[in-house]
Amino acid sequence: MKPQPNAAVGAPLSRVEGRLKVTGRARYAADHQPEDAVHAVVVAGDVALGRVTGIDTRAALSQPGVLRVISHLNEPDLAYGGVARSEPERVFQDDRIRSFGQPVAVVVAETLEGAQHAASLVKTHYDAQRPMTDLTYEPGGAEPETYARGDAEAALRASAVRLDMTYRLERTHHNAMEPHATVALWDGGRLIVWDKTQAVLGTRNHLADVFGLPRDSVRVISPYVGGSFGSCLRSWQHVTLAALAARETRRPVKLMLTRRQTYFGTGFRPRYDYTLRLGSDRRGRLTGAVHEVRGETSRYQNFTEPVLVPGQMLYSVPHVEQTYRTVPLDINTPTNMRGPGYATGVHVLECAMDELAHEVGVDPIDLRLRNEPDEDPSSRLPFSTRRLRECYRLGAEEFGWHRRNREPRSTHDGDWLIGTGMAAAVHDSGRAPCRARVRLDADGTALVEASTSDMGPGTYTSQTQIAADALGLVMRNVAFRLGDSTMPPAPVHGGSATMASVGSAVQDGCDRLRRDAVELAVADKASPLHGADVNDVVARGGRLHVRNVPARGESYGHLLTRNNLTHLEAVGSYAPGESRHARFAFGAVFAEVAVDRHLGLVRVRRMLGVYDVGRVINPLLAESQAVGGMVGGIGAALLEHTVTDHRDGRVVNADLADYLLPVNADVPDLRAVYLSGEDRDADPIGAKGLGEVVLVGVAPALANAVFHATGRRVRHLPITLETLL
Amino acid sequence: MADDPSCAPVDLRRGAPAERVPAHISRRTFVVATVALGGVTLASSVATGATPRSATESGVAGRSPVGRLALTVNGEHHTIAVDNRVSLLDLLREHLGLTGTKKGCDAGACGACTVLVDGRRVASCLTLAVRLDGAEVDTVEGLEKDGRLHPLQQAFVDQDAFQCGYCTPGQIMSGVGCIAEGRTGSAEEIREWMSGNLCRCGCYVNIVRAVEQAADQG
Ligand code: FES
Ligand code: FES
Repeated sequence: MKPQPNAAVGAPLSRVEGRLKVTGRARYAADHQPEDAVHAVVVAGDVALGRVTGIDTRAALSQPGVLRVISHLNEPDLAYGGVARSEPERVFQDDRIRSFGQPVAVVVAETLEGAQHAASLVKTHYDAQRPMTDLTYEPGGAEPETYARGDAEAALRASAVRLDMTYRLERTHHNAMEPHATVALWDGGRLIVWDKTQAVLGTRNHLADVFGLPRDSVRVISPYVGGSFGSCLRSWQHVTLAALAARETRRPVKLMLTRRQTYFGTGFRPRYDYTLRLGSDRRGRLTGAVHEVRGETSRYQNFTEPVLVPGQMLYSVPHVEQTYRTVPLDINTPTNMRGPGYATGVHVLECAMDELAHEVGVDPIDLRLRNEPDEDPSSRLPFSTRRLRECYRLGAEEFGWHRRNREPRSTHDGDWLIGTGMAAAVHDSGRAPCRARVRLDADGTALVEASTSDMGPGTYTSQTQIAADALGLVMRNVAFRLGDSTMPPAPVHGGSATMASVGSAVQDGCDRLRRDAVELAVADKASPLHGADVNDVVARGGRLHVRNVPARGESYGHLLTRNNLTHLEAVGSYAPGESRHARFAFGAVFAEVAVDRHLGLVRVRRMLGVYDVGRVINPLLAESQAVGGMVGGIGAALLEHTVTDHRDGRVVNADLADYLLPVNADVPDLRAVYLSGEDRDADPIGAKGLGEVVLVGVAPALANAVFHATGRRVRHLPITLETLL
Repeated sequence: MADDPSCAPVDLRRGAPAERVPAHISRRTFVVATVALGGVTLASSVATGATPRSATESGVAGRSPVGRLALTVNGEHHTIAVDNRVSLLDLLREHLGLTGTKKGCDAGACGACTVLVDGRRVASCLTLAVRLDGAEVDTVEGLEKDGRLHPLQQAFVDQDAFQCGYCTPGQIMSGVGCIAEGRTGSAEEIREWMSGNLCRCGCYVNIVRAVEQAADQG
């Protein structure tokens, strides 16, 4: 069948769930209120290493309305089968403390205020040891991840220009506005959970394994997620705690982590020390690179992320050597945070390219063009699409890049030093198997479902657009639902893979359903389409008709009713094939900053991002996502830093007053441009994914602009006042 | 969107499939329903004015520090017995079933819980409910009139001033306050006066545009 005409796809439509969100009717995890629910509050430990020697719950239990205090002393019976068997941080199964803020008990009470107060009365005694939480002073490390091509050391020795740079990137937290929350309810042997999650099926499987239940005895519901950025790709301890508390009290339980607890009870982007030695010829053509990376992980889990990938594929470097060592510390386990690995690797690489451009006296864009590869230098595969050159050209033109005076600290505006900087961005185009169910009713409306999530990118809207076009319906007659483990399986909502994976399954399901309808019509003697060529029939506005002959056709409703059908149903699926291409999304980010010459204060004046992400399903939402990525990057570059007190391993700024995030006044007008086009080699709908790539290049563009403004190279994130004075 | 999937009924009662209990039943509905059934002891220390006092003060409420107050929420009058420790935010969310107002930090640092008290924007997480006797509270649920969105709600949709939507009720209530305060003379002024409301999805540019749009209307 020929592709359907596009009406919704590509149009800047506003969010289909917008009305629910602006009226407060969209229900996030903690907004679910099962009848008779009680509240659970976590008691977090305040040592980082050791054993719990006693928990005094008497004062807590004497409070009115307190139902239960659960800890390892109750030896809760949890199966920990399946994938959960390998979980080192089993909830309340022993007295060990592995990191600061680890849950040591959970208090359940009739009211939230009762539970909070009782939790404050639980007294915990420890046999505490001094933790090691500082990457700087821990010499050890796990078996490193390595990569090599050519002989990088020899290439460096022979290079005319050599740079040796050590960058330090501090730990940061996702800080989605919605704290993690779980509402759990047992119905006999079945468990129903409303959870903040990016992994509806992952959470279901996790809970089934922990509690020893068949998977279909657990239902996870998660229609709205208040931001996440990777922080709920996996289930943290509180999810089990909520279900455990509900089981023990035989009441539905609501548990929301406090903001402070999210710093200890969920993951974060780990701190990195990253040394990069770069060699080039006098014209800036790269000869060799040696990357040595050290990153934090916990003692009980080895967390790694693709930090090394950009150094392998972003530039044409003949000789590369990479070592990435995670260092186990007495901390909780890090996790993926928007642009995982790439944000770190690209920051260092793109700042280093700026350093090199300065060193050899070449314009930073020209330097990058001189090192632009024709194929992926690591896999030797052609890129599905790589339009960085266009990103640079268009970005430079729109931003007015070439008007800059290349000399650092050369431009002033009163007391402000003005600088501009740029950086490339890259992220792989994730995709994974997915299914979607499509149902078209005789009233001409359709329902499409997949167990994915929408943490903010607009999954509801974009999937409705794809379905509307493929079925030939108007948007308002299509409903897309997500966030329920009883829906067809979808991959985790992350890694910029949702559009490609879910979109391709939705497309396939709708195509199948439309084909079924068309076949029914052409075989039906009573249909105006009887005898028409299947390939000649299109669907539009709820009608099937012969292409270019709108009069010859009928509505889905007529067709179904006449055939005594209440509905048609189809299941779409997508399974990525063997890849013959290297698939990445790209971008170029431009920034202008002003730095107060006396105070070191950095203000962002303007930014522009130009992106090559394949097909854009909804330009309005895509722009919001890119601008949001820039705001995240402003935070990473200038503000965000999770500070640990290494004497006892506590995070000292575990709240939104002391962990600085960009506020409205920090953000000027920001602009994003997407190159038009599509990438048919990436996946059937031609989209490469954009949620991560729009964050990745922002911090280095800003750092390079700060250098240009001040002449000061700060090899540290965040770039704060102190680092500039 | 035709339907809010979160409102899909969850069948909680084995053996009684016809009898479906909506998962989102509000505390308020619950209180009334319970009393109507003449049954169960109240689980909550708080009840609305519609509930007989005997029900209000049964269960645990009698032993917690309780105060009484009368206040108006979105034009609706409530006389409530309330645990002295309850914040306005938790009163709205956990006791009155108004979950539109969000908790982001519970410490006055994010603005997600912004509501209007007597027309002024406040962080409801830092406001003790017992101090609000006689107050008028406006939350995001009360902005829509006769099925029509408030101009600022409409502007948020038009300008795509949200992504995840979690900060949005607070942003909108703050924006309503900002407009009423006349702090919308320029984009800079709006940015400054909307800076108490964090948006981690980074929608600030469009939030400013939405406030401008609504302020222009008047
Ligand atoms: S929840 Fe009240 S300011 Fe954050
Ligand atoms: S829209 Fe997600 S935090 Fe503002």
